[in-house]
Amino acid sequence: MENTEQNKLEKNSLLKEALFQLKGNKPAIIGFIIIAAFIIMAIFAPYLTPFSPTDQDISIRKTAPFVTEHLLGTDDLGRDLLTRIIFGSRISLIIGTISVGISLTFGILIGLLSGYIGGWFDNIVQRLVDIMLAFPYILLTIVIVALLGPSLVNAMIAIGISQIPSYIRVVRASVLAEKENDYVTAERSLGASDRELMFKSILPNCIAPIFVQATLGIGNAILSSAALSFLGLGAQPPTPEWGLMIASSREFVTSAWWIVTFPGIAVFLTVLGFNLLADGLRDVLDPRMKS
Amino acid sequence: MLKYILKRLALLLPTLFGVITLVFFMIALAPGDPARVMLGERATADSVEQLRHDLGLDKPLYVQYGLYLQRVVKLDLGKSIKSGQKVSEEIWDHFPATIELTIWAMIFSTVVGIIIGVLSATRKNGWIDFASMGGALMGVSMPVFWLALVLIMIFSVKLDMFPTGGRMNIRYYFTPITGLYVLDGILIFFKSGDIKVFISALHHLVLPAVALGTIPLAIIARITRSSMLEVLNQDYIKTARSAGIKESKVIYRYALKNALLPIITVIGLQFGLLLSGAILTETVFAWPGIGKWIYHAIEARDYPAVQGGIIVISTTFVLINLVVDILYSIVNPKIRLS
Repeated sequence: MENTEQNKLEKNSLLKEALFQLKGNKPAIIGFIIIAAFIIMAIFAPYLTPFSPTDQDISIRKTAPFVTEHLLGTDDLGRDLLTRIIFGSRISLIIGTISVGISLTFGILIGLLSGYIGGWFDNIVQRLVDIMLAFPYILLTIVIVALLGPSLVNAMIAIGISQIPSYIRVVRASVLAEKENDYVTAERSLGASDRELMFKSILPNCIAPIFVQATLGIGNAILSSAALSFLGLGAQPPTPEWGLMIASSREFVTSAWWIVTFPGIAVFLTVLGFNLLADGLRDVLDPRMKS
Repeated sequence: MLKYILKRLALLLPTLFGVITLVFFMIALAPGDPARVMLGERATADSVEQLRHDLGLDKPLYVQYGLYLQRVVKLDLGKSIKSGQKVSEEIWDHFPATIELTIWAMIFSTVVGIIIGVLSATRKNGWIDFASMGGALMGVSMPVFWLALVLIMIFSVKLDMFPTGGRMNIRYYFTPITGLYVLDGILIFFKSGDIKVFISALHHLVLPAVALGTIPLAIIARITRSSMLEVLNQDYIKTARSAGIKESKVIYRYALKNALLPIITVIGLQFGLLLSGAILTETVFAWPGIGKWIYHAIEARDYPAVQGGIIVISTTFVLINLVVDILYSIVNPKIRLS
């Protein structure tokens, strides 16, 4: 099939061009560097710090930052704050990736079928999406976690599920636009099956908006998981999860500002990184989505 | 126009029906026996059985669903397990606090957001543009509850400018008239000349409204900037300028008016975000609104309250979206036709 070969070639060069353009996009590069830094932190966490994220030492509780070997100070139980933030990056990145993985899998599958098949199936799916989008997002997540029971795993599942509708929308919209193209008609007339058409011809051409949405989604998922843990519905103590760290610092707003401030900055920087990268990707991959 | 509104209203009913159905089954099919969960591990089997009977949980699921629908249609949301009060009454008590907080957050984010957006657009690539767009990007990346705590730390604890929480100084006890305390304060001022209630209500509102409004503010500023830039490039603006019309008039009278369309839509969309954010903001600021109330209901596994609360919040959300769509179609006739 010379046709698909040609397609592949073109796609490759498109991807290369996109990467090339991304190099010139300063915000995207900053975003990428921030994310890379947090990934490195997550992977090498135990080697980056001499302290343990969970060992308590009441004698050094609430040590102020920048004075002792505890660079960012210690929390109310004498745990090194920087160590807990470093280990927290593992949890946040995992939550972000897995929950986006869940919404991507279902979102792509359902959106693809909905857009490709159309008709009554599409109608039913779209009404269900409308209903799910009628719930304020955080509320939906909170209710799902509350029903499944508060835990980190359930928080991931809940965040993943509540984001599915927006992925369905994005995928469906690009499938609808793609499937009318001549190359699809051509491949169909050459005898390609529905499955081949959906997954081999149409889906690869819808990747750009999905990619942008997923990058944004990881940032959102990290924010949501912090919120859930803050409300006591996500990670449980003594897990060094950023949202949980902020929650347990609430009573110290008057006495130890650093316990509140630093975990929040960690959440903020990670999410900022993903948002910057997503903005850059959007500019490069999908000029139509520019707003 | 009427046809469009009727069409949208007709679509509203199935959505609401779907919401109610989804909420019912989500809670009915949740793992664990609600009666057992509500009464705790130490309750006797008899009392669990009694509660199951009282709640109708011993009937088949489809019967429960039918009864539930019947009640909801009659606006009967059942009784809260925790307080024994009617859920609809509890919601009624807590809703004004959230509405007040949301409205002020919206006013703050819209006014400041549009000003920042216009300033950025008219000074494109200048330092104001750079700073405000950087700020906007930071705004959307921040956890709301953390921002709330930082605001408390700086403005309440360090500078002692604002209270750390609550809606009102408890010394100024008064009987709520509308439930919106700022409005009540104005009414009381006109009735008795006492301004304390108004000042105290406003004073308590500042930090929560700023915290809740920051993310929408960032989004509104960004959309205003891009929408203004698009309009400022059009020929009629150039014509207006070359005709010697004052720059401020060109910007605010001619450009902003035409740039408002996408801004309105985005403002409408922010209401949903605010309702979500309200749960977190209200928890931090001990704001006695529906968000904090439903969070405590979820925590206590007070299922009738949770169900009722979600239905009311989602209905509000859907209705607001409907109103935004209709407003949008009024200002933009193209939508109606398609």
